[in-house]
Amino acid sequence: MSGLFTEAVLVATIAGGIRLAVPLLFASIGEMFGQRSGVLNLGVDGVMLLGAFGGYYTVLKTDNVWFGLLVGVGIGVVLGLVTAVMSVTLKAEQGISGIGVFLFGLGFSDLLFQMWVGTPLPIQAFPKVEIPGLSNIPFLGETLFSHSAVVYIAFAMVPLSMFIINQTNFGMKIRAVGENPEAADSLGVSVAGIRYATLIIGGTLAGVAGAALAIDLKIFQSNLTNAAGFIAIALVYFGAWRPLGVMGGALLYGFVNSIVLQLKTQGIIPRSWSDIAAMAPAVVTILALVVVAHRFKPPAALTKPFERAR
Amino acid sequence: MLEMRGITKRFPGVIACDDVSFEVYPGEVHTLLGENGAGKSTLMKIVYGLYRADEGEVFLNGEPLRITSPNQAISHGIGMIHQHFMLVPTLTVAENVALGLKSSRGALTDLDSVSARIVELGETYGLRVDPSTPVWQLSVGEQQRVEIIKALYRDAKLLILDEPTAVLTPQEVDQLFVTLRTLTAGGRGLIFISHKLHEVLSLSTRITVLRNGRVTGSIPVEGATRDSLAQMMVGRAVKFAPDGADAKPTDVALEIRGLRVLRDRGGEGVCGVDLDVRAGEIMGVAGVSGNGQMLLAETIAGLRTPTAGSIKIVGTEVVGMPPKGVRDAGLAYVPEERMKDGAIGDFTVSENILLIDHNDPRYLKHGMFDFEAIRKHAQRLVDEYTVKTPTLDTPVRNLSGGNIQKMIIARELSGTPEVLVVAQPTRGVDIGAAEYIHTRLIGQRDQATAILMISEDLDEIFGVSDRVAVMYEGQIMGIVDPNTATREQVGLMMAGVAQDEALSQPT
Repeated sequence: MSGLFTEAVLVATIAGGIRLAVPLLFASIGEMFGQRSGVLNLGVDGVMLLGAFGGYYTVLKTDNVWFGLLVGVGIGVVLGLVTAVMSVTLKAEQGISGIGVFLFGLGFSDLLFQMWVGTPLPIQAFPKVEIPGLSNIPFLGETLFSHSAVVYIAFAMVPLSMFIINQTNFGMKIRAVGENPEAADSLGVSVAGIRYATLIIGGTLAGVAGAALAIDLKIFQSNLTNAAGFIAIALVYFGAWRPLGVMGGALLYGFVNSIVLQLKTQGIIPRSWSDIAAMAPAVVTILALVVVAHRFKPPAALTKPFERAR
Repeated sequence: MLEMRGITKRFPGVIACDDVSFEVYPGEVHTLLGENGAGKSTLMKIVYGLYRADEGEVFLNGEPLRITSPNQAISHGIGMIHQHFMLVPTLTVAENVALGLKSSRGALTDLDSVSARIVELGETYGLRVDPSTPVWQLSVGEQQRVEIIKALYRDAKLLILDEPTAVLTPQEVDQLFVTLRTLTAGGRGLIFISHKLHEVLSLSTRITVLRNGRVTGSIPVEGATRDSLAQMMVGRAVKFAPDGADAKPTDVALEIRGLRVLRDRGGEGVCGVDLDVRAGEIMGVAGVSGNGQMLLAETIAGLRTPTAGSIKIVGTEVVGMPPKGVRDAGLAYVPEERMKDGAIGDFTVSENILLIDHNDPRYLKHGMFDFEAIRKHAQRLVDEYTVKTPTLDTPVRNLSGGNIQKMIIARELSGTPEVLVVAQPTRGVDIGAAEYIHTRLIGQRDQATAILMISEDLDEIFGVSDRVAVMYEGQIMGIVDPNTATREQVGLMMAGVAQDEALSQPT
């Protein structure tokens, strides 16, 4: 018990929470774009798994973490495009086609791993970037300003996505298409074009999320994400389709996760309970979701394919 | 400026427009008049690029016009104000106007300069609206102003207005007409789609009447009268005010006290309503859509539970009863949305007629349906109410709106109810059927049924009601006598002006 409240443990818990929030933050910001334009993409976890394997395998072969991240981007773009073809062009039922993408990613990433790698070999991790000046501040420096570049990029996505959604023409079109596609269409906005764009953004960020997760853990295994992609979807609802809210949800999940890990390391939670404890973050997030979600309305056109009257 | 020559458009099984020719000159208001399904909207959707004509040609300023999307129509200077507004509720007025336009700041929005122009247009044409307000916070009249501003911002020279007055109070209509006259004075051409004859006569310069997809006449407004237009629309003379003896109301049959009902999305929609309807009278409920009338009707029918208050049907408290209990207490209900709440489209005519009587022993034999008795009952109602249907086994969705409504009214009146609640009895119904329905309602009144008739159509309210209750924001603003009150006075009350003040207005 005494070890729990030392500064070192506290720093490790907070820094760990921030780190653990990163993959979720990427994935849920991406999912938010799709949902704001009216498409519910349930395939996030599958894209994350393929991005994770692609990132892991690339780093294993090239020893370059940035190539790994780039491969995550590439996989995300392709799968975002596939999702868009299914949900926008073919107007597939969004709840079902997304599950298809998930199952494909789950199985295919494992298959490739078994074929090409087999035994898990550790890979390089992201180098830490100490922010000059800021990282020397006591306590804050260690918790907030000595992370890998990926962590900073992830959190930079929050103001960036706020700016895109609220200040740009593209963002205004996304909001319009998600709320009233008929109105947007009547003014010459391409509903399909906007939805393709947001789904590709969503796929890209899900691919990055997977690659970042694998490189952060320095490992790949079957079902590495443990359904993090589904948590990411829940976080979009939790965050009421707003970047700050989504970030709050990702941090909540990260911190609960980090605290549970710390409690296990300190031996406060017995080993035999660890599976139950592992559920805590998801349970807390879902409970918070239930409490928060009813206060906000989702985009009116969410899950509805658009078809112009003929 | 616009000329349509020999336009024909076919849909599977119907000809929506049959060899229609039509033209608009700058500075004129050309009205397209016709019943629902006469082809007005189809014709305009062809101009706006939503449909393609099968035959015929469209010319704009002498040039052949070939467009396939609304976007192209806009770039040719054609603007359309749809009956159902094309606005994004969560976006602000300025964002709705700017949507789809190039920004002067490239990828970034330029809402400040858009807002400035909106204010300018607003002042020129009397279309005042705050550019920074989200559209969902605006009244229906204000939303319509946004739609007009959208078209003007895109420099529309030809404006198409599809039933623009359907959702407005009489005062808002007057204001709209002032704006529209300013627009035509500036050289714009206007196409006005409507079926309200007095509005058509007050605004138009020319009137083209469509019936069953064909032009039945195209005349200047001088010399046109209500009767002549109605005759062109329907093909025969029409009676506007149904005649009948004066009402002889007796005892209170429907008694509502302190009724409070919540809306679906939070907030109170009916805020303390007291209302008595006596046997043998028609109480009209006037009001702009969304002021609690529908909540009131659904609560009386037992479809909603009020948070407070009581509803008595001939002395029986019905709050808390399931809909069937309310019906057993003597209520009949003709809902606003007939295809959603009033009939089942895939069921046949006789099945729909049976819906309220399926437990009645008259139609059962050994606990099973007695199809012979059901047929007889359905046939009797179909004949009596002149419901036009090929057979009793035709799915109801294949019938016209007017015939479906007649079927529903036949069903609801078949049990001689103590109280009838009827919402929008003739919306989307052709003039002939509307005339018939009004006569039937008055006939039922004379058989001592208490009728609560909710309507947004003031002609109907004034033509049929014996007393008129005006609803505004969930409250009854007052009850007036339709023989002495004017449309303007009722319109003011519909906009929230207190009864004393409204009735003291000079008319």
